[in-house]
Amino acid sequence: MKLLKLPQQRKRRFGFVDSFLWAVRIGALVFVVVGIFGIPGVAGGPEGSLFKTLSGEGVSGEAWRDLFISGLAQGSMYGMIALGYSLVYGVLGFINFAHGEVFMSGALVSFFAADAFATAGIWESQPVLALGFTILVAMATSTIVAVLTERIAYRRLRGSPRLIPLITSIGMSFFIRYTFRGLFGDSFKTYPAAPGVLEGRATIFGVEILKTQLTVIVVTAVSMVVLYQFVARTRMGRAMRAIAEDREIAALMGVNVDRVISLTFAVGGAMAGIAGVLWALLFRQVHFLTGFLPGIKGFTAAVVGGIGNMAGAYVGGLAIGLVESVGPLLVLDGWGIPAVSQLKDVVAFSALVLVLIYRPTGLLGERLSVEERG
Amino acid sequence: MSKKMKFRHLGVLVLVFALIAAACGDDDTADTTTAATTADTTADTTADTTADTTADTTMAPMAFPPEAGAWGGVLIAAGAPVEIRTLQAISESVAFLGVDQNRGTELALEDFGDVLGHPVNLGTAEDDLCLGEGGASGATAIAAQEGVLGVIGTTCSGAAFPAIPIFHAAGIVLISGSNTNATLTSDFQGNAGENWMNNYLRTAHNDLIQGAAAAIFAYDNLGLRKMGTIHDGDPYTSGLAGSFGLTFTELGGEIVVATSVAKEDTNMVPVLTEIAAGEPDGIYFPIFQPAGDFIVQQVGGISGLEDVQMYGADGLITPDHFSLPETEGVYYSGPDLGFDANAGFTGETYTNLVARYEAAYGELPTAAFHAHTYDATMMLLFAIESVAVEGPDGELWVDRLALRDFLYNISDFAGVTGTLTCDEFGDCGGNVVSVILNLDSDDPQAGIGNVVFRAGKGAGGEVVILPLG
Repeated sequence: MKLLKLPQQRKRRFGFVDSFLWAVRIGALVFVVVGIFGIPGVAGGPEGSLFKTLSGEGVSGEAWRDLFISGLAQGSMYGMIALGYSLVYGVLGFINFAHGEVFMSGALVSFFAADAFATAGIWESQPVLALGFTILVAMATSTIVAVLTERIAYRRLRGSPRLIPLITSIGMSFFIRYTFRGLFGDSFKTYPAAPGVLEGRATIFGVEILKTQLTVIVVTAVSMVVLYQFVARTRMGRAMRAIAEDREIAALMGVNVDRVISLTFAVGGAMAGIAGVLWALLFRQVHFLTGFLPGIKGFTAAVVGGIGNMAGAYVGGLAIGLVESVGPLLVLDGWGIPAVSQLKDVVAFSALVLVLIYRPTGLLGERLSVEERG
Repeated sequence: MSKKMKFRHLGVLVLVFALIAAACGDDDTADTTTAATTADTTADTTADTTADTTADTTMAPMAFPPEAGAWGGVLIAAGAPVEIRTLQAISESVAFLGVDQNRGTELALEDFGDVLGHPVNLGTAEDDLCLGEGGASGATAIAAQEGVLGVIGTTCSGAAFPAIPIFHAAGIVLISGSNTNATLTSDFQGNAGENWMNNYLRTAHNDLIQGAAAAIFAYDNLGLRKMGTIHDGDPYTSGLAGSFGLTFTELGGEIVVATSVAKEDTNMVPVLTEIAAGEPDGIYFPIFQPAGDFIVQQVGGISGLEDVQMYGADGLITPDHFSLPETEGVYYSGPDLGFDANAGFTGETYTNLVARYEAAYGELPTAAFHAHTYDATMMLLFAIESVAVEGPDGELWVDRLALRDFLYNISDFAGVTGTLTCDEFGDCGGNVVSVILNLDSDDPQAGIGNVVFRAGKGAGGEVVILPLG
C-alpha cells in the first residue's frame, strides 16, 4: 500500500502552489540579478546598477561603501531589538508588540541624562563615563517598562489562548506610547551631537567608517556576545532555555517560571535600552513614536533570522538593515525605477517574504518549544 | 386565544391609541421639543410649524426659523451652544503642527466670546493623522454629529482631499489654517483646482506662490543651478517640490534628482546617496519633522554632499528644528511671519497672542500656523454671528448656504496674519511668503524672524518680489 501511495503523495506535494512558489523564487532571483547587472546589449532595457556605477553614471564606489556600513549599523540595532522579540517568543510563544515602545522608553528617558551631561560639559570631557551612564539609564528604564508590562498585562493571561496576549500587547504598545507622550510631550528631543572623540571617520582595514556607526556596530556585537554567554553559561540562562524548551517540565524540575519569564523580559528590555541610546547617538532625534517602525523592523528581523533563535535575531537584523540600505539602489535603480529610496521599507518587507519562501524557518532556523513542535 | 396572544393584541391597541393621540396633539408641544435641542432642520419641515404668536399685530409676523437654503440650516435652542469642530493632526509625528493649531482655535474662541449669547462648543477634537485616512474618518465622525456648522482643519492637504466632499455632503464649511496644496483652491488664473469644492476655504498661502518664490530665490539670489528635491509623498510636500521644480526649470536651472522619503524614515543615507549621484548644488526638501531633521543631520556624512546648500520649507519652521546645529546656514521658504504688530478681528495683536499662548500652554508656539488657524476660527465665528437669525425666545437659526456665501464674500477682514479677502475659490490668505535663514541654532526664534527674501501674489497671480521691510 505504501509503495502505491508514494507516487501520489509526491505528485500532490508538487502541485499548483509549489509551482507558483518556484516561479516566484526564480522570478525574484531574475529580478535581483537583472537589477544589478542589467541586460547587456538590450537597448532601452534595464541598465543594471553595477553597470551604471562602472560607467560613472550611477552611485560611486565610496557611496556603496557608505550604504553598506550604514546598513550594518542600522541592522545591528534592529538585531538588538529583535532579541527582545525572539527571547519572549522563545519562553512564552507570543509576539510582544509592545517591545518597540520598550525601546522608545529607554531612548526617550536617557535623553535627559545625555542632555544634562552635555549641559554640564561632561559629555565632551568624559565621553566614556557620560555615554556609559546614559546607557545605564536607558537600560534601567527599558528593563523596568518591560518587566512591569509583563507583570501587569501578560502574567494573568499566561494560560489563555495566544491571541489574547497578542492583542493585549498591541494595546500595551499604544498605552506606553501615549503615556510617554503625556509625560514628555510630543516635541522631538534632540540628543547632543556625538562627543568629539566620536566625530569624523576611522579607518579600519583601509575602509573609512563614521565613528558613530563603528561605535554602534562594536557595542551591539559586544552586547550580543555577552548576552549569548549569559544564556549559554549561567544558571538563569539555562533556566530560560529550559522554559523555552518545555515550560511544564522546567517547572517540575524546580525552575521558578514566573521569575525566569520576568528575567527574560528584563534581558530583552536591557538590550532594547542599549539599542535606544545607540539609535539616539546615530539619528539624534527621539520622541514618543520613535519605537514604532524600529519595533516592526525588529520583529521582521526576528522572523527573518528564525524566531526564537538569538543568533538568528542578530543575523536577521543585519540582513534587514543591509537590504533596506543597499537594496533600493542596488536592485530597483538598476531597473530605472524613480525615487527608489522611498521604497526601502517595501524592499525590506519583500526580503522577509522572499526569505520565508526560500527558507520558511528563517535564515538560522526557528527554536520552538516542545508544545509548538508537537 | 392564548393569554400571550391577548397581551399582544392589547399592546398593539395601546400603540395605535398612542399614535392617534400624538397626531391630534397640540403643535406647540412639538415645537417646544424641537427648540429644546440643537438640530439640523430644513425649511420644508419646519418653516410652517412655528409662528410668532406674540408678535406686534402692527408688524408683519416674521416666520422663525426662516426658510432654509439648499444646504439646510441649524436651529440652536436658547442657551444651547454653537457647534464647531476641529480636525487637525494631533497625534503621530506631526502632532506639533496640529496641537499648535488647536491652541490657535482655543485662543480665538476665548477672544471672540459667545455668538449672540450662545457659547461655542468645540466638542471632541478629531485627528486627521496628516493622512487621507485620518481626514476621511475624522470628517465622517464630525459629519455624523448634529448641528455642526463649520470645521477648522485640516492640518495636512492630504487629509483635506477626502474630508472636503464628506463635509460638502453634510453642508459643513471647512476652513484650514495650514493646507497649502494648490489643487485645493485654484491656480490663480481662474481655474479651479481638481480637489476644490465650494465648502472649502483657507487662510494659509497657496503653494503655487511659495514654490515659485522659493525657486526664484534659489536661482537668482543663491545662484544655484542644479537642485535635488525631496518630498515625502504627502500632497503638500510633493506639490511644493513640484511647483519649485517647475519654476526652477523655467528659470534655466536643472532638477537633477527628484526623489522622496517615507515620513517615518530615520536613515537618510540611501536617499542622500541617490541625490549625491546627481551632483547637485542644493537640495530643496519641503517635508516635515522628524524626517527633515534626519536629512540635515546626515547630509554632512555623505560623500559629495558636504558643501551642498540645504533649503527647507514651512513644515520645518519650528523652534525644535531650528535649534539643531546643522540647520545653521539652511534657508527655509514659508509663510511670511512678520506680523507681530498686526491686530486681529478683536483688536488683539499677534505679540499679545503669543504671550497669552505661552502663558496658557507653558511653551512658545511650536509651529508657524497657529496664527492662520486663529484667523480661520475668527472668520468662521464672525460669519456665523453675521448670518445667524435670532428667534423670539433666544434661539438662533443659521442657514448653511448663507454661512458659506458669507465666508466666500469676506473681504478686508482684519486678521493677525494680515488682511484677509477670500477669492471665488476660497483662498483667503495674504499669500505673502518669505525665505528665512537660520544663523544661530542657540537662538531659534531669531532664525525664524531672519527674513532674507519676500514675495507675494500679483494681481494676475504671478509672483511679485516684495521689499524686506
